[in-house]
Amino acid sequence: MNEKFIAPGDGLAYRALGGETIIMSATDSTLFSLDEVGSLIWQGADGRTPLTEIVARICDHYDVTHEEARRDAEEFIAELAGRGLLVVSGQAILDTRTRVSGAL
Amino acid sequence: MSLMAELNNKALRLGVPLSVHLDVTYRCNERCEHCYLDHEDYGEMTTGEIRDFLEQLADAGVFFLTVSGGEPLVRRDCFEIIEYARHLHFNVKLKTNALLIGEQEARRLRALGVEQVQISVYSHREEIHDKITKISGSLRRTLGGVRRLKEHGLKVTLANVLMRENVQDREGVQLLAEEVGAGYTVDPTITPMIDGDTSVLRLRLRPNQLSSVLHDPRLLGNVDEFCAPPPGVDAGVLDGYPCSAGHTFCYVSPYGDVYPCVQFPLPCGNIRRQRFLDIWKSSPQFEEVRAIRGKDLITCSSCRHLGNCTRCPGLAYMEGNMTGPSTADCEKSFIRTGIPTAGMLAGRTRQSVSGLLNIHPAPPAAS
Repeated sequence: MNEKFIAPGDGLAYRALGGETIIMSATDSTLFSLDEVGSLIWQGADGRTPLTEIVARICDHYDVTHEEARRDAEEFIAELAGRGLLVVSGQAILDTRTRVSGAL
Repeated sequence: MSLMAELNNKALRLGVPLSVHLDVTYRCNERCEHCYLDHEDYGEMTTGEIRDFLEQLADAGVFFLTVSGGEPLVRRDCFEIIEYARHLHFNVKLKTNALLIGEQEARRLRALGVEQVQISVYSHREEIHDKITKISGSLRRTLGGVRRLKEHGLKVTLANVLMRENVQDREGVQLLAEEVGAGYTVDPTITPMIDGDTSVLRLRLRPNQLSSVLHDPRLLGNVDEFCAPPPGVDAGVLDGYPCSAGHTFCYVSPYGDVYPCVQFPLPCGNIRRQRFLDIWKSSPQFEEVRAIRGKDLITCSSCRHLGNCTRCPGLAYMEGNMTGPSTADCEKSFIRTGIPTAGMLAGRTRQSVSGLLNIHPAPPAAS
């Protein structure tokens, strides 16, 4: 299985709030809320952590098989990527900071 | 319940300051005749202080950050501040007069992912807008900034503060907003200056003008519903809190002073002397504000308007008592519904402002 790396999409604001994560897109001002499992995946969306490791964290926290966790995480990531909330790559996404810093 | 309402409820339950309004300066390149600020610099927070403060806000769970002033863009480091705020993943809203927003600035605000820009426009007519701002050509320059922001895909809202001399132009500004693809918001509230000067209150709408605004279907949609007699006051209203000020929201001045709201000048602490979260969690002033419930309000607790009054505790505080009525809001409730408020029946009249505190800069932190 090819490894995947994930990072937040462009122009997003996000913050943890009581175990959940709130996300708002600057593009259309749509507000999203991720539950605890979604938040665990989001915390791993730093562009450097392999999806395999994120799935392992889920398995550490919840009573779920690796296969189930991987399948659910893949579906979740695809849904968020479809909404522009996540960028998915087969390689590490090294420079996430420049995604919010356009040059004057 | 909307997701936003759920978030607010959760933040309230957890004691999280979900939203903060930060004035990065009181200096301005306009001189609006109704402005409550003095436009001086008594020792604004440095770039480094603001960066540290933003980190504290992020740690405290703040999500919505409004960057305002004065005119925030007169600070040479304003973009650096916004960039750092976005680096910390805040949802950033910028309040500006747009005089300094050229092509490069618009492009950069878009690249930084600023969610919304709110721009003050007083009239669609130059002679009125420029007279209020006291800057010749300001409407033309402001609208140039608006168009540039829109061309770069930013969400823009025109904020139309209404006074005696521009109240008749609200439809013109609303049409202007539609024409440029911007949102429109109206505010008939004029507050005393931060040094206690109440002379600006002479600019407040006359009762007949306020009535025309509060019965304007272009602004309100269903006027009959908006102006309907208030329903009875139930236990939920009596046990409820007046507004988000001090509960999920606070205001911070360019000098690091922390207040419940930009319209509520009750000093709660200063971030040059204390950590923000210590002020937020432990300030006796915040605790006092948070303890107030509808049933605790003097006069207002017996008012039938209580459940849907716009009562501002900050304006009430500026009139001498944060648990008392705000006469400006009593007037709005009366004009909206035709039913006198308990505050009016008790003999409170408008412009009885007293006890306003000055906002002083903080002394340098001890090293």
